[in-house]
Formats: sequence, C-alpha cells, structure tokens
Amino acid sequence: MNLETIKSEIEANVPGCRLLIVPNNSPSGQHSLLIDRETALTVARFLRDAAHLRFDYCSNVTGIDWPGKEITEKVKVKKTLDGVEQEVEEIQKTQSAGHLEAVYHLYSMEKKHGPVILRMRTEDRADRIHLPSLTPIWRSAEFQEREIFDLYGIVFDGHPDLRRLLMWDGFEDHPMRRDYVEPDDYEYEPTPHDAVLQRARQHLSEAGGR
Amino acid sequence: MSATTAATARFTLKPSTDGGEDQLLEVSMGPQHPSTHGVFRMDVALDGERVVKLKPVFGYLHRNHEKIAETETYLGSMPYTDRLDYLCSIANNWSYALAVEKLAGIQVPERAEYLRVITGELTRLQNHTSGIGFLLQDMGASGTPLMYAFREREKVLDLFESLTGSRMMCNYMRFGGCRVDMPAGWLQQAQKVVEAFPRFLDEFERLLSGNEILMARTQGVGVLSKELAVDAGITGPMLRGSGVNYDIRKVDKYGIYDRFAFRVPLGEHGDVYDRYMVRLLEMRESIKILRQAMQDIPPGPIMDAKTKIRGFRPKAGEAYGRTESPKGELGFYLISDGSPNPYRYRVRPPSLVNLTVLEDMCLGQNVADIVIILGSIDIVLGEVDR
Repeated sequence: MNLETIKSEIEANVPGCRLLIVPNNSPSGQHSLLIDRETALTVARFLRDAAHLRFDYCSNVTGIDWPGKEITEKVKVKKTLDGVEQEVEEIQKTQSAGHLEAVYHLYSMEKKHGPVILRMRTEDRADRIHLPSLTPIWRSAEFQEREIFDLYGIVFDGHPDLRRLLMWDGFEDHPMRRDYVEPDDYEYEPTPHDAVLQRARQHLSEAGGR
Repeated sequence: MSATTAATARFTLKPSTDGGEDQLLEVSMGPQHPSTHGVFRMDVALDGERVVKLKPVFGYLHRNHEKIAETETYLGSMPYTDRLDYLCSIANNWSYALAVEKLAGIQVPERAEYLRVITGELTRLQNHTSGIGFLLQDMGASGTPLMYAFREREKVLDLFESLTGSRMMCNYMRFGGCRVDMPAGWLQQAQKVVEAFPRFLDEFERLLSGNEILMARTQGVGVLSKELAVDAGITGPMLRGSGVNYDIRKVDKYGIYDRFAFRVPLGEHGDVYDRYMVRLLEMRESIKILRQAMQDIPPGPIMDAKTKIRGFRPKAGEAYGRTESPKGELGFYLISDGSPNPYRYRVRPPSLVNLTVLEDMCLGQNVADIVIILGSIDIVLGEVDR
C-alpha cells in the first residue's frame, strides 16, 4: 500500500495533523511517516479502525537516540577593528538539541498488509522527552514502550503502567542512549589481559588508591 | 514465613466490602523456579487458590544485546543472535540475515534458500517437541514425555552438529546465503530423521492427546480471545491457537515459502489445549515442507558471490525484517549510517510480547494453572531479557 495515499487519507480524516514522510534510501524501501505528538492518538486510532486499512497489529515498537550535532556556520559580523567598523566573517558553532524517536511498525492481521511505519520525535533529549503512549490503541506496545522508557528515557503519557522493564527500579540512567557512560563499579580481578590491568590501574588511581 | 524460604510470601489485608477480614496472599514466583524456564519472576496475589493479580518481572538475564550489537560489525552479531532464543538458533540467524539482506538489497542463491527452509523447519520440529515436553513436565508428568521429546530432539541436534559443527549455537547463516554446504550423506540422514518423525508424533499423540489428566488440566484453562490476541500483538502458535489465521510464512512469503504446499493449523477455543494441539499439527505441516524441500533442493552455490560479508558497509537507510520463528514473529530492525556497524539494532522478541497477556490469561485461575499457562506460551528468557 502506498504511503502517499495513506498520508493524504489521514490528512483528510484527522484535522490539524502534521505529517511528514521520512524517506528511506536503502533497498528495503520502507519509508516511514513522522506524526506529531498532539494528534498521534487520533492518527493511530484512524489507522487501526478505518475499514480498508485496519492496521490492527502493532508488531515492533522501539526507540532511537539521535544526539545533537555541532553545526558550523559562517556568519558575517560587524566589528570595530582599529577604530574602523568592518564586516568580518566568523565561524559560529551551535549545538543542536537532538531528539529521541519512537518507531512503530504496523501490520494488518485482517487485511494481511503492511508495514506502515510511524515515527514520533521528542523535542530534545533532556527534559522535553514526553510522547503520547499508543498502548491504549495497541496493547502490544505495553511492554515495548516500557522498554523504551527504561533504556532510552522517553516518557509515554497515558501508559497504564510505566515502569522500568529490564533494568532494576533503583537504576538511574538510560543505557541505550549514545552518550551513556558505564558507572565505575569495577571489581578488580587479577586477569592477565592488558586492557583489564589498565582499567584496574585507572580505577585505582581515580579511587585514590595505590 | 521466614525470609529464607524459597518462595517469599507475605499477607496483606484486602479491603473487604462485607466487613469480614479476607486476606490476600502475595507470592513471588521465581526467579529460580523450575517452571519459569529460566530466570523470570511473577508477583502474584492470591485469594485462596485464585489468582487476582499477576505482574511479570523481567531483566534477570538482561545483558543489553542491542547495545553490544551496535558496537559490533554486522557479521559480528550473527553468532550472538544464537543466544537470543537458544533453542532455535537457526531461526534467529535467518531473521537477522533477512533483515540485513533487506537493508543492503542482497539476493540469496536458490540452494541457500532451500538449506534455510530445511534447517529452519527442523528447528521448528525440535522446538515444538521440546516445548510440549516442557509443558507436560510443568504439568507434573515428570519425566516420560520430556524424555521422549528430548530423544527426538537429539536426533535433530545431531543433524545440526554434523552440518554446522554445533548442536545449539549453530551460527549457520550469513547475509547472502549459508555458511557451509551439506556434508556427504547429510541429506539422506536428514531424510531418515524426517521420515521417522511422524511415527514419533503418532506415539506422542497416543500417549498424550487423549489423556484424561492432560485434558482436565488444559481444556478451558488460560483462554485467550481472538480480539485480545490481535490487540496484544500475540504471534506464533499462541495466536493461531486462538483461531487467527496469521502465519508470516504465508503472509510475507519470505524466502521461498510460496513454493511449498502446507496448511496453517488453527485452534478454536484459545486455551492451553489448543495451543498444545496447534504445535503438534504444525510439526506435521513442517514435515510436509521438509519432504518437498529435500526433494527439490537444487545444486549450486550457497553464497551470493557479490556480497562481501567482511568489511560489510550497507548504504545509509533502515530495514525491518521478520520471520515466523517457532515462537512467533521474530523481527530485526536495523538502521545503517553507512559505517561498518549498525547505528540501531533492534530485536523484536516474540516471547516478550507474548507475555503481555499472561496476567489476562491467569486471572481467576488457580495458582497451579499459572505454571501451565506460562508453559503454553513457550518462552525463552534469553530472548525476553536480551
């Protein structure tokens, strides 16, 4: 089924939704549909319930971390040099915020077609990390959204039971993020590997030991 | 109860409407419970023998497989997929290979496709036999059915060993084909095993299917409705046990599954007995596929000549590949940024998603039924926790 057609159908049926097709250049040709946070639930419900679409089966739900990038731009700035006002080119470096993404792979068990791939993006990776939960539409997202919450730290609003899934409750960080640093809970073992010995030495010096 | 007992239990007061003081018993089943098929825990609240709440607790076997795979090359993750569902390593290899092939647009030679079908269906045979054996073991049929199942499984594992060098951690497939071709005489040996298999199934069915205790313990127990099964994304024999006709081998026709004549067995009631029966019938269908594949397998190369599996760098993009693994839909979602290792590597484990409805199936049942219902889902914790 053509994603363009599905997109225009959603636009006709869900007022105010902002959709964007995210192209995929790999030979798989699985393009995806970026949906906005505000109308996500309505869009999802439409995809599930529309009689000729019937995407009743949400197969895979997963998160992706896209850290912010450093963007270098050349900007012309007016500056006073030696008492004369001049236009100088300066290189400005800005840091983009990056975002977290949740991806949903939808199929239809009734019509036996698919996949349609939905994506949702958070505003940044720090504190505006809320997305609407699609568990009320597809129950199969229940554990998988919990896993994303656990490993990526996306907060799914409207999830019936949002707890960590794989890590323990007292755990604080999100291990699947690209910038995750393992805690230094290193236990010294006298193994003869160089890398291990080096790490042991580093650990000891950081801990103020020998 | 003292804190040192195996199953930790404590009493809590249940708010009662009639003024009486009913008590709920909270039991922590697992993680080291023989019926949990690994390390898995369920927080159960019981009203007498009846289950009123059940929350599964995961993560005891979590090693962040996905993170490790993102630091590995594409080829480097292949042997690690064996460790997901360690009973069906070849099915895992296949699913991963399929996802990479979609990502990079690789064609698989004819002979390799047949080898994949043969080994994949043999995997299904040994998974379902041992799965049924475990189910019966959980039911208290101590020994006999599981030993019968393992006897047959061992024959399939011997085939795997002589083909791939390993009984369980086969590491057999590569993107673009298979790692090794059949050794001399392997096909005849495999044919012998497959031809003998229906007799074992007959024996197994005579022993079990009409058994009064098995029927009493499984019929009407752990009922899963069609609607809930679809909604919760249940796949595999469990979904078909509830009567939904959805088999990815038929729907996607990946590989060369469109060439084989086989049927999709469906259950009617969605209870434990139906799931048991669907697995038995699926094995007979697998035998049909195996017979056809073993007869038709053509000579030829087993690896795509154009694919370099070492130093493999697919173009930037993403792909989701899925197969009908013995436990359900096993999917791999890969994102490439053009570097030698995947930017994102995701496993869609059938066992984890199938556990979504564990509580729904157990509510109102007796505590002894939990064990059977869990056994009928057929989970492997290596895949649930990753």
